Amino acid sequence: MGRYILRRLLSAIPVLIGISVIVFAIMAMIPGDPATAILGSYATPENVAELNRDLGLDQPLVQRYFIWLGNLVQGDLGRSFNLNRPVLDEVLERFNATLILAGTAFILCSFLGIAAGVISAARQYGFADKAITFAVLLGISIPSFFLGMMMILIFAVNLRWFPVSGMWPIYGTRDIWALIDHLTMPALALAVVATGVIARLSRSAMLEVLRQDFIRTARAKGVRERGIIWRHALRAAMVSIIPVLGIQAGFVLSGAVYIERVFQWPGIGQMLVDAILRRDILLVQGGVVFVAACYVLFNIIVDVAQSLLDPRIKT
Amino acid sequence: MMAFLKLLARNQLALAGLIVMGLVVLLAVLTPILPLADPDVTNTPARFTPPFSEGAILGTDHLGRDLLSRLMWGTRLSLAVGFAAAFIAATIGAAIGIISGYYGGRTDNIIMRFVDVLMAFPYILLALAIVAALGPGLMNALIAVAAVNIPFFARNIRGITVGIAHKEFVDAARLAGLSDAKIILTEILPNVLPVIVIAMSTTVGWMILETAGLSFLGLGSQPPQADLGSMLGEARSALITNPHTSLVPGVMILIIVMAINLLGDGVRDALDPRLKSGALSRPLPATLVARDRQTGETADGTALLELSQLETQFHIGPRIYRAVGGVDLQIQPGECLGLIGESGSGKSVTALSIMGLVASPPGKITGGSVYYRGEELVGAPYELLRSLRGRKVAYIFQDPLATLHPLYTVGDQLIEAVRVHRKVPKAEARAHAIELLKSVRIPNAEDRVDNYPHEMSGGMRQRVGIAMALANDPDVIIADEPTTALDVTVQAQILTLLDDLRRERDVAILFITHDFGVVAQLCDRVAVMYAGRIVEQGTTDEILATPAHPYTRRLMACVPELGGGRRRLEAIPGLPPVVDKLPAGCAFADRCDKVRAACREGNITLDEIGATRRVRCIAPEIEEVPA
Ligand code: SF4
Repeated sequence: MGRYILRRLLSAIPVLIGISVIVFAIMAMIPGDPATAILGSYATPENVAELNRDLGLDQPLVQRYFIWLGNLVQGDLGRSFNLNRPVLDEVLERFNATLILAGTAFILCSFLGIAAGVISAARQYGFADKAITFAVLLGISIPSFFLGMMMILIFAVNLRWFPVSGMWPIYGTRDIWALIDHLTMPALALAVVATGVIARLSRSAMLEVLRQDFIRTARAKGVRERGIIWRHALRAAMVSIIPVLGIQAGFVLSGAVYIERVFQWPGIGQMLVDAILRRDILLVQGGVVFVAACYVLFNIIVDVAQSLLDPRIKT
Repeated sequence: MMAFLKLLARNQLALAGLIVMGLVVLLAVLTPILPLADPDVTNTPARFTPPFSEGAILGTDHLGRDLLSRLMWGTRLSLAVGFAAAFIAATIGAAIGIISGYYGGRTDNIIMRFVDVLMAFPYILLALAIVAALGPGLMNALIAVAAVNIPFFARNIRGITVGIAHKEFVDAARLAGLSDAKIILTEILPNVLPVIVIAMSTTVGWMILETAGLSFLGLGSQPPQADLGSMLGEARSALITNPHTSLVPGVMILIIVMAINLLGDGVRDALDPRLKSGALSRPLPATLVARDRQTGETADGTALLELSQLETQFHIGPRIYRAVGGVDLQIQPGECLGLIGESGSGKSVTALSIMGLVASPPGKITGGSVYYRGEELVGAPYELLRSLRGRKVAYIFQDPLATLHPLYTVGDQLIEAVRVHRKVPKAEARAHAIELLKSVRIPNAEDRVDNYPHEMSGGMRQRVGIAMALANDPDVIIADEPTTALDVTVQAQILTLLDDLRRERDVAILFITHDFGVVAQLCDRVAVMYAGRIVEQGTTDEILATPAHPYTRRLMACVPELGGGRRRLEAIPGLPPVVDKLPAGCAFADRCDKVRAACREGNITLDEIGATRRVRCIAPEIEEVPA
């Protein structure tokens, strides 16, 4: 197992390098002088010269990439001139908030989606199946940002169950209950689409598995229907559900950008959008590379989980 | 193509999606000539007019602009951008995919590595990076969304191209000296085009949503120009005071995306033939029972298991397959009864019907009874059936690799078999599992118990299957071709094992096979099955010595000895009749060399021709068994 994890980590290195190249290349497309682009139009010539020295911006592209990569590996993502703080500090702080939001949504959509899919398959063509199928269709069709706005309108403004926006109360203590209070709506809004997708896939994976011979064997043994569904069929279906969870994690992370905007959640998506509008290039660059790298690592975790689940995978 | 459209039309939801989408597109196209207010004329005094007001059916926004007009123009813009993004992504992605798939080798490798890296990004990061570089704006958002989706198309189209690139017609074109460019354009492209179009149609909703999303964030269309996303984005600040400004564009996006999703689902279903035939339905816990009559025959008191006029059918679409057409069998305690026939004769379905294990849908028990110790099982409550399964009546199936759960150790599966029926502690059940493995002569049972099925040989797996059947000391084991998937020497070992076990434990066996050699070695009595019915029945010795039914005689002639392997019954000319159109009279008539006119008239009964012999033939090979 240890060797398998190591191998997977090593195989991620070329992907990570590829990611850095692509991000760097995209940012290099910015027209004009990079230092001016980074500093904005109010920059003095001294500022520009200084930045050019620091980042090697007067060097050819390839050299610049390696200087950037070198700094990156050491954890130096540069400095945001708008915020006047190191990019890494800002990114870490914001990513933390996103992780809370997206992580909660991911856990929600995994459990709800799989449960809905399993129930739907177990009751194929029954009322529960039809209700779930309809809910799923609605769920995957509604834009998360619109859903979030409607939730604010209904549950925050009219029913006053939850605060309208933000991550913490403006006054008052910042404890776990305050967080849950603020987190519930955005996490749910974010989870809805992925829940639908996972429910759909789980349903068809379950239907596929339930027709297999080993299910008939389990029935012939006298296993109760509950055991057939949850112990035998779901276990086998998980093999095809897990990779989709990995993919959906990426969609949840992406959707977080919208949800953070709707609920004024101080996460990395908000940071990126603001940075783009303020032309804070280094912040965008650093944020994108950081999150993409985290996602790659997350997918390694998914692969490892998969290999733990399926003894047939050579480790 | 026509068939495909017909299929699509049959799916009502997809049709609804198509109609809604058609209407939306039509309205978007007609927007410039409709009598609408100018979407960009501000009228601040009339800001936030509520919907259904005079002169503004949907009300006005924060600048007093007419929402209906803005909605129509916004929809038009969103659709245009979404379609454009889909088209660009499909074109570039397909080009990359075709080149990669057609040239293969190094080119393919490099391109696909690159695509992999692109796909390693959560898609929005890439889109945001591109917008950051190009600057906010609708055109740039379009480029970003298209670019992000290129890898998806490239990978799909490459897969298809690889499949085509080595077909004969491509090779032929190459030999004919056509240039690569020409081959791609004239041979490859026409073949992948449908796939491109379908992939595009299923992703267009996605693209509309994504561009709307970027606009919502303020990174797409810039004021005063507005698509649905930026309308929603602008309305956000007035969400609480004037929700209608948010509802109008939001509901429109919902409608569009849902219509496209419905359509996409319809397209997918129409393309996937498995879903079409309804074959992807889950089998119920027990076979459905729909008897129009009960046999009323009292059960033979001494029989352990009695089948009486059992009928099982498969209802697939409009067709009805009569797999089992009125089978009578009795199994006495400790006896081994062989049920022999060709594949498709209904012998396995008969075996599975006993405990309600025929997959249903499509299977259905339509008549007759099964008695276990005088107790009716057909139509019995599920809980009774379940409590007998594996405890009193156990099964051994054909291919142990498919019939054992691949993700649990054999030990866990044995432990479960025990604990389903007896609440014993886990440790005790495990000890019992090891005992069971020893009793089926698996060496190193203590270690083997922790193996997964894929870590064992076929013979070992089948021993596990047998051990599992023995777990609760059943009265009857129904063995459905347990040796067919094994090679010859292993077959013999398994048969010997079964024979020993049945004598040691005094368990009855219903042995399903197509091999007379196996019957000869193991069974006390034999029933021969043809086209869903028993055609001959008697003790093994009698039938081997003097087969009475012409079919039995022929069957024996083609499988002379044990270890003949998987010898099929090709030696009998013709095929068994398809069970959805059985002929009147004898089902074997078309293949029988003694056939006469009377054979095809009316039902032929299973007649007694001796104390233990019965045959279903009007001209049996022997008239009477000497007493
Ligand atoms: S009934 Fe007639 S056709 Fe059928 S097996 Fe006997 S002789 Fe042949």
